[in-house]
Parts: sequence; structure tokens; C-alpha cells
Amino acid sequence: MGISLLTVSYLVASVTYILGLKMLSNPATARRGNQIAAGGMTIAILATIFLYEDEGHGLHNYVWIFAGLLIGSVVGTLAAKKVKMTAMPQMVSLFNGMGGACAALISIIEFNHLTHNSDGTAEYFASLEGVNLLIIFAGLIIGSVSFAGSMIAWGKLDGRIKDHAFKGQHIVNLLFIGISVALAAFIIIARPVETPIYFYVILALSLIYGVFFVLPIGGADMPVVISLLNSFTGVAAACGGFLYDNKAMLTGGILVGAAGTLLTILMCRAMNRSLTNVLIGSFGGGATAGGGAGKAQGSYKEITLSDAAVVMSYANKVMIVPGYGLAVAQAQHTCHELEKLLTEKGVEVKYAIHPVAGRMPGHMNVLLAEADVSYDKLEEMEQANEEFATTDVVLILGANDVVNPAAKTDPSSPIYGMPILDVELAKTVIINKRSMKPGYAGIDNDLFFRPKASMLFGDSKKVLQDLIGEVKNL
Amino acid sequence: MDQVLNWISEHQQMIYIVVLMVFLGIEVIGRVPSVLHTPLMSGANAIHGVVIIGAIIVMGKAEADNYLAIILGFLAVILGTLNVVGGFVVTDRMLEMFKKKK
Repeated sequence: MGISLLTVSYLVASVTYILGLKMLSNPATARRGNQIAAGGMTIAILATIFLYEDEGHGLHNYVWIFAGLLIGSVVGTLAAKKVKMTAMPQMVSLFNGMGGACAALISIIEFNHLTHNSDGTAEYFASLEGVNLLIIFAGLIIGSVSFAGSMIAWGKLDGRIKDHAFKGQHIVNLLFIGISVALAAFIIIARPVETPIYFYVILALSLIYGVFFVLPIGGADMPVVISLLNSFTGVAAACGGFLYDNKAMLTGGILVGAAGTLLTILMCRAMNRSLTNVLIGSFGGGATAGGGAGKAQGSYKEITLSDAAVVMSYANKVMIVPGYGLAVAQAQHTCHELEKLLTEKGVEVKYAIHPVAGRMPGHMNVLLAEADVSYDKLEEMEQANEEFATTDVVLILGANDVVNPAAKTDPSSPIYGMPILDVELAKTVIINKRSMKPGYAGIDNDLFFRPKASMLFGDSKKVLQDLIGEVKNL
Repeated sequence: MDQVLNWISEHQQMIYIVVLMVFLGIEVIGRVPSVLHTPLMSGANAIHGVVIIGAIIVMGKAEADNYLAIILGFLAVILGTLNVVGGFVVTDRMLEMFKKKK
């Protein structure tokens, strides 16, 4: 009875994951979809705790299980509730790393379980089931890579870790992962007595690989990496499904593995790049960025606050291009205020949203939604590019790489080929930045030196507040 | 070789599930608008938190004298729960903002 109820629970859970993912891909049903999947997950977890049986024995160590669930739930909820919307990508990366670590730990414990009861002889190791070992190793390698990589991705997005790359790093990387896989294969085929030692060597190599795999990749490409690692963790979870003959883990894991891989490709496509280009192309990207630095010299104009206020108040149409700088300054609400004020004065105000504005695709939409900006004011890139020609003023708020003309003109630029917002089609471009420092991708922007452009330095929020004051005084 | 073939026929159900899920996973998010990429990634991230089930099983099976298994299992349960709970809550927070508008 208990076991069949468990099977039914897992079936229900699997269906909710599929339904949840399906609904998450549609704006109208997304939230419900997430809640349905969460409900299914709760059922699966509770059913496992109370109904799971192995050869007639239920689970024990309930105190530990509940303590772990409680700690995880409290910390997880607090972290998820407290995190600023701007720091969202880091958070997702961190949670993903936790899942990867969990999968790797399961493999470690299962392996430890195998050796715990062993007499350490070659006969014992030879008697182990090969496919089981294969699954344990797969979970270990994929889980550790996902964990280590996610931690680095988190550190990078949080500004704690800088890009590091050295010559031939991708060859060294291939060596790390190649040796891990070869060692695992060697153990499965030859069953040496030193198996336990090799096991931990594989663990160490996978962790190092995870670190070196993500380290050289530029911050702007981090969302793609997180999405990829996300699908890795899915596959690692599915390994657990094979290990325990557990259908809920299997469906959930593989579903995310497949969907995550597609999502990774979709994200690359939004940036008009291939996955290989993102992963391998970044090596030596530092050198290109350095070379570009000398070129974009020249003089830029500054515009005063009152001039900017006048230009915008008497314009017919203003397009706001928000970027990560706006989000960091927490200025989305102030920006919405300026938009309302200008609209009252009869100016048509719209937002031009680049698909990768912010730190992740769709991130900027989340941030503006938080500030109550209405949907119909948000223009996607293609629409916006058609409208720039009839726009009087473009106000760029803390965006940089998404308006960099080098993406179109300079084949040596790391962002070459990425579609950009053609702000230069408009009559005037006002750029708000904190300083002349290059943007997140670390490359200079020729736009700032163009005749149509003028700079308005300062923190986005402060500048917007002052602008509102000036517009009111007109 | 025999062992592998045996394993495949023993686990054919599981293998069918894997093959079908790969196609389903791709189909199900096929036409997602770029606006939803971030929440979808976050939601999928929460779903692979299903690995928590494995953590609960290893924890619940650990012998009382196997301290390493107990400590690592406990850690696995905490990390897995973080992934699930944090993942779903953060996704809900993102989507809540979209919802307000409609």
C-alpha cells in the first residue's frame, strides 16, 4: 500500500514538473506553473519521507532529515525573499550550485557505502556492478563541475571574482576533465584495489575543472553559463534517479537537462552567438579588449542637467534605454516617475529593452515590472530599432554594451555580431554613466565620442531625481 | 557487454523515460518569449532540486555508526532543500511582478 502510494505520488510529481515548465513558458500562466511544480515537489518530498521502503525497511534518521529540511527551508526562503532583484542572477547560480553539490554528495555517500562494507580486496571491487559505478561517477563528475562552476559564476556576477585566463587554458581544461573521465572508465573496467583513492582524485579534478571552465568566461556571458550549468545539475539529479530507480528524480532531472540545454541555445541566439563561441571564444578575449582600448580615443561632450531637462521636455518622443547601471542604482522607480512626468507634459515616452539588458535575458523586464512600468511602454529590440528614426531624444541609463556600435563595425571586438539598439538613428543621444569606464564586457564604446552623443555623469538615481526637479521647474 | 545489455533490458522503463523526457523537455519550452528566459531558468533550477529526494534516501538509510555518511547526508539534505525552496520562492517573486500588471 505504502509503496504503491509512493509510486502514485511520484507520477503526480512528474506530471506537475512537465505542466509547470509548460506554463512557465507563457506570461499569463507562468506564476501558476511555478506554484504547481512546487506543489508537486512537496508531494514527492513528503511521500519519500513517509512512504519510502527499501527491502521492507522504511527510512530512519528522521531527526537529521527534518533538521536539514528545516534549516534549508528557512535559509532558502530568507535568501530568496531578501535578495535584491538586481542580484537575481547570482542567486539562481548559487541555488544551482547547491543542487550540484547535493548530487555530488549523494555519489560520495553511495561510494562510501560501497567501500564501508568492503574488505578492500580486488575480488570485492570486481564484484561491484559496473553500471552502478558508472552512474555514481557520472553524478560525481557532473555534480562537482556544476557546483564549482556555479560558485565561480556567482562570484563573478557579484563582482568578487575577476576574469582569469592564461594561454592554453582550454587545453589544460580538457586535460582535467579528460583525466577524470578516463580514470572513471579505468576503475569501471579494471577495478583496481586503489579505487577509493582514485575516486577522490576524480572529485578533486572535477572541482578544479569546474573552476577553470568558468573563470575565463566574460561576465556578460555568465547567464549562458548559468543556464548550461543548470542543465548539468538536471542530468546529475537524473543520475540519482537511476541509482534509486526513482522516476520522479529521473523525469525532473532529464526534463530540466533537456529544457535547460535548449534554453542555453535560445539565450545564445538572443545574443546572436553560438554556444562554442561563448565557451571557447572567451579565451584571449582579454587581449582583444585591451587592444580596443587604445582606439576609442577622442573627446566627448557633456550636457548639463538643465539642458537635458529642456531637450527632453520639448521633445515629441523620448526613448529610454535602461541598463544594468540603472538597476544597480535602484533607480527604476525614479525612472518611472520621470517617465510619468514627461508623459504629463505631452511627450511620448517608451522604453527600448535589449534582450540581454541587465544581467540575464528578460532581467530588465523583471526590474521595470517591479517599478510598475506598464507593459505597452516596453519595446523589444526590433520594434525599438524601427522607432529610433522618429525619436527626438534617447536617454541611456547605465547601459553600455547593448548600444556599442563596435558590435556592428569592429570584427575584432568580443561583442562583434551581437545585435544592438541603433540609438544613433535618433536626433540626440544622452548617456548617463557614472564615469567613462568601460562597461561590463570591458570594452570601450565609440558611441560616447560621436557628435550626436552627450554625456551626463553621475549615479542614475541621483541624476534622475535632479532631472525630475529640473523638468518640474520649467 | 552482457552486463550492459542485461542492465538495459532490466531498466528499459527508465531508458524509455529518459528518451521521451529529452524530447518533451525541448518541446515544452520551444516557444518561450525572451522576456521569460530568466524566470524559466530559475523555475527549471528549482525543479532539478528534485535531487533532494536522493539526499533524503541516503540520509534515511545511513547506518547509525557511519558518521561520514550521516554528516555528508545531512549536508546534502540542507543543500538540496536550499535549491528547491530558494528556487521556487525566488521564481515566484519574479513572476509576482509580472502578474501585477495584468
